[in-house]
Amino acid sequence: MAAEQSMQTPATASGDTRIHNIGYRSYDGPRLGRGYARLSLYTQSLRGSYGLGRSVKSKVLPMLLFVVMCVPAAIMVAVAVATKANDLPVDYTRYAIIMQAVVSLYVASQAPQSVSRDLRFKTVPLYFSRPIETADYVRAKFAALASALFILTAAPLLVLYIGALLAKLDFSDQTKGFAQGLVSVALLSLLFAGIGLVIASVTPRRGFGIAAVIAVLTISYGAVSTLQAIAEVQSSGDGIAWIGLFSPITLIDGVQSAFLGATSAFPGGVGPTNAEGVVYVLFCLGLIAACYGLLMRRYKKVGL
Amino acid sequence: MDVTVIATESLSKRFPRVTALDRLSVDVGPGVTGLVGANGAGKSTLIKILLGLSPATEGRAEVLGLDVATKGAAIRERVGYMPEHDCLPPDVSATEFVVHMARMSGLPPTAARERTADTLRHVGLYEERYRPIGGYSTGMKQRVKLAQALVHDPQLVFLDEPTNGLDPVGRDEMLGLIRRIHTDFGISVLVTSHLLGELERTCDHVVVVDGGKLLRSSSTTDFTQTTTTLAIEVTDTDEHPDGTRAVREALHARGVDVEDGSGLPGAGHVLLLTAQGEETYDLVRDVIADLGLGLVRMEQRRHHISEVFTNSDENSDEARKEAVGHGS
Repeated sequence: MAAEQSMQTPATASGDTRIHNIGYRSYDGPRLGRGYARLSLYTQSLRGSYGLGRSVKSKVLPMLLFVVMCVPAAIMVAVAVATKANDLPVDYTRYAIIMQAVVSLYVASQAPQSVSRDLRFKTVPLYFSRPIETADYVRAKFAALASALFILTAAPLLVLYIGALLAKLDFSDQTKGFAQGLVSVALLSLLFAGIGLVIASVTPRRGFGIAAVIAVLTISYGAVSTLQAIAEVQSSGDGIAWIGLFSPITLIDGVQSAFLGATSAFPGGVGPTNAEGVVYVLFCLGLIAACYGLLMRRYKKVGL
Repeated sequence: MDVTVIATESLSKRFPRVTALDRLSVDVGPGVTGLVGANGAGKSTLIKILLGLSPATEGRAEVLGLDVATKGAAIRERVGYMPEHDCLPPDVSATEFVVHMARMSGLPPTAARERTADTLRHVGLYEERYRPIGGYSTGMKQRVKLAQALVHDPQLVFLDEPTNGLDPVGRDEMLGLIRRIHTDFGISVLVTSHLLGELERTCDHVVVVDGGKLLRSSSTTDFTQTTTTLAIEVTDTDEHPDGTRAVREALHARGVDVEDGSGLPGAGHVLLLTAQGEETYDLVRDVIADLGLGLVRMEQRRHHISEVFTNSDENSDEARKEAVGHGS
């Protein structure tokens, strides 16, 4: 039938000559499989965390936060160089704790960007109809956000370190402090990424995700600091350390003051003892593992 | 039909309260195959099982000779999937999105970009492919969804309700495109729909499922042979105030049986007649021209799934009874 004929070949029958219509070419090249797909998803998510490959609008916030994170470090370095100080104004390990509001804001804005969009626009089934599996998706997203956070928190430390060397401060001292700082922010990145993703993966609405992440991070910190302050007033010393387990930032603080030579930001400056520190480390690693487990469970259900 | 693309053997899928698939055994060869069934007949469940994403409760299935239970990843590397629902982020361009999806299928970066440009052109997206998807029409979005399913040059694609939400023109274009996926690209297609009519023109083979059971599996000519019904609609003129009646009488005079299209949209203005071949079209055209009327439309009537029940042979009548009995 005539109608059917013309329907089958619209490109040629419609009469407009397209010189670039060269017919279908099949693909015989390599197919790089799961590992490559996972890496691609990681790269895309990591770039996306700084708005790269996305609209100009979505670049503004992450870039702004990155600058805000680095500027104080640059100022400190400038002051240290100018005044020929013997030491930097802050420890490497303290920097992220001081800037925790910026870090929290970054997690709150980028965790939903990373996972809620896929849920909201139902892109997840397209991923799972390809060779990658739930674990690949979760790992790629987790690793990408943790890396993005690491870049955010480690960059100012790098600024401080380079500045310290320029100011001719003691090399071995500074290197040790820098290394400790890096370990601390690596742990912080994993923990914050995990918590942020778990919360964001529950809701397809980005707004809710942002609000929920901010709420969890600030409320837990607020509650823990208040309780610690009360405990200090009532001078029940060891209570302070145990309370610190229950908010992400005080958890990191505890870990680093026990093992990474940091001075604690806890009231009274008393960090956890070594025994308590072990509990802190286990608790921190346990929490990261739990976040991974929860994400896996969540995406097992999402499927198609 | 010497090669089997999809084969299932008493495949069942039971959820706590629903049986989505009930001992479904069907073989699908290369070409365009339609999977027809009402909403909830088990079409999407079947696709999920065939992609190796949802284990079957019983029975087995093979896609491209690979067992779905154990070779899921290998199958997903060789097939494409276009979901029924929206699945596109609005803030990226079609090119960026399809490139990303190509890489997720394992294509190296350069190949991913080349294949994306090719595929988007083949599905009919040109300059607009650089604009964010959020501004696309439904038809364009469907094309992007199709492109992401084809970009890695699969051997087989699953298209879940690709004509959903499209207007008649968009629908015909999509069906034409689906036809080309097989004829021009050499990719086998499994396309689902709840409308038998639109599939019979596109598919080589149609599988009808109802209540998770196989109702019928046959080549499309079997369906169309018995039921080539033409629907015609004409205008009225001063000379013939009731143009429809005039045409009916004139056709009667030429010995053609004409029915009123009661129960159809536009009842009273639509005439149905059985086409015997090309000459019937010519006859209708001449009769209407002689009467000086305007021909509003003359089309092959689109059949609905229910007609499979009424027109089919005893076998499927039994199957239907079984299915109905099962559903209660």
